[in-house]
Amino acid sequence: MVFEVKAMFVFDNVAYDSIVTIEKLNINRNEITCLVGPSGGGKSTILKMMNKSISPTEGTIRYEETPLAEIDSVEHRRRVIYLSQSPYIFEGTIKDNLQVGLLFHGKEPADEKTLESMLRRVSLDKPLDADASNLSGGEAQRLALGRVLLLEGDCYLMDEPSSALDDETEKLIIRTIADFVKRNKKTLVMITHSRSIAEEYADHIYEIKAGKVKGDKR
Amino acid sequence: MNDQVFDLTVFQLLLGYVFVLIVLFILRKRNIRREKILILATFRMTIQLVLMGYLLLLIIDNPNPFLTFAIVFVMLSFAVYTVFSKFKNELRPSLKRVIILALPSGALISLVYFLFLVIRIEPYYNPQYFIPITGMIVGNSMTGISLGIHSMINRFTAQRKAVEEALHLGATPKDASKKIVDEAFDSAIMPTLNNMLGMGVIFLPGMMTGQILSGVVPTTAIMYQIGIMLGILGGVSLSTYFLLIFGYRTFFNRDKQLIH
Repeated sequence: MVFEVKAMFVFDNVAYDSIVTIEKLNINRNEITCLVGPSGGGKSTILKMMNKSISPTEGTIRYEETPLAEIDSVEHRRRVIYLSQSPYIFEGTIKDNLQVGLLFHGKEPADEKTLESMLRRVSLDKPLDADASNLSGGEAQRLALGRVLLLEGDCYLMDEPSSALDDETEKLIIRTIADFVKRNKKTLVMITHSRSIAEEYADHIYEIKAGKVKGDKR
Repeated sequence: MNDQVFDLTVFQLLLGYVFVLIVLFILRKRNIRREKILILATFRMTIQLVLMGYLLLLIIDNPNPFLTFAIVFVMLSFAVYTVFSKFKNELRPSLKRVIILALPSGALISLVYFLFLVIRIEPYYNPQYFIPITGMIVGNSMTGISLGIHSMINRFTAQRKAVEEALHLGATPKDASKKIVDEAFDSAIMPTLNNMLGMGVIFLPGMMTGQILSGVVPTTAIMYQIGIMLGILGGVSLSTYFLLIFGYRTFFNRDKQLIH
């Protein structure tokens, strides 16, 4: 019963084509949940369904007890923010890319001090007016991370946010994300290839294999 | 005088078809598979214009509002049909519905404004003005719509990742498509703008040339030509604008997801 109250997302007999089949899965509010498992297992599909980037072909996903199908997709995506594994960097400067999410949310642009502080948090040592198209894969990933952390979502869905980083930067970035989530009482669902990261930070670890949830490994 | 012009035109027409043969030769040599459409376009252009010439003769000699509006309706339907055939399987039904509304409404707004407020034709169905001017505005609107569709479809494919990223970040489909809609509008009206830039210097437009050849004072012909160019600009811009502001929505489903 207590478990039901804490659930932010409830999956009920959810399927997406033949890629994912989930009988039951709860994602708790204000906790860190990690999804692990082999590639092609359906982890990204689960995150995309949670963000309403795609809709399940069967079953119901509830967000805060309301079926996702009844929630406006744009409003939902502003609360439940998705960071893909290879995020798109828009034309323009680093500053433009940091601001773009705020603009899409209809919010006021952040001041330069806030943006510079965000660059430091994601360990990106670049000037705000630098051309974003010249960034390396790892730098682009950190820029995209900074862009979503500027948004005031309730829940963050991150698909391998450190896949293009070296081990040391990866640890630093994951710690930044985890601190941000805990300090601001947010919910995080993160796909990671690293079992050690999952074990260090996650409240729950679900293994996703061949589109099925293999139970909480915590 | 008319007979003299007719004889000369037929002779010139036969000579003019040499250019079709030249294009055919180039296509063959370069192995560009466009022979069929070149022959079809040449054939259709000839037959359609000859038929329209006789039809206009008949209609102008016997003016009738129903006949004038029937011709306008046929022209609009044919323009929509031509756009549909050009894109064949690329248009989903929802986008076809947008085209059916956008092309006639944009062209008609411009046409009605131009005929009734600028020229102030009398009687209101005067086929001598109504039909050729409808042809020019509808024809150009059709070209604008075709360019707009082509550009929008290509850009939604090429910029798919950008649109999806914008949606992930909480953009509305309208905001996520803004750049595509703006660029498609730009490419659709650019030929008309280029035409206006070169008009009177690089080339003399057909309508004006025709009027001057048939004895109209050049300054009057020019007044008409300026008016018709503005009418064309209006028709192209409005049709394409309606197409794009309603058309981008057809690339998203009810859940505001980009359709694959």
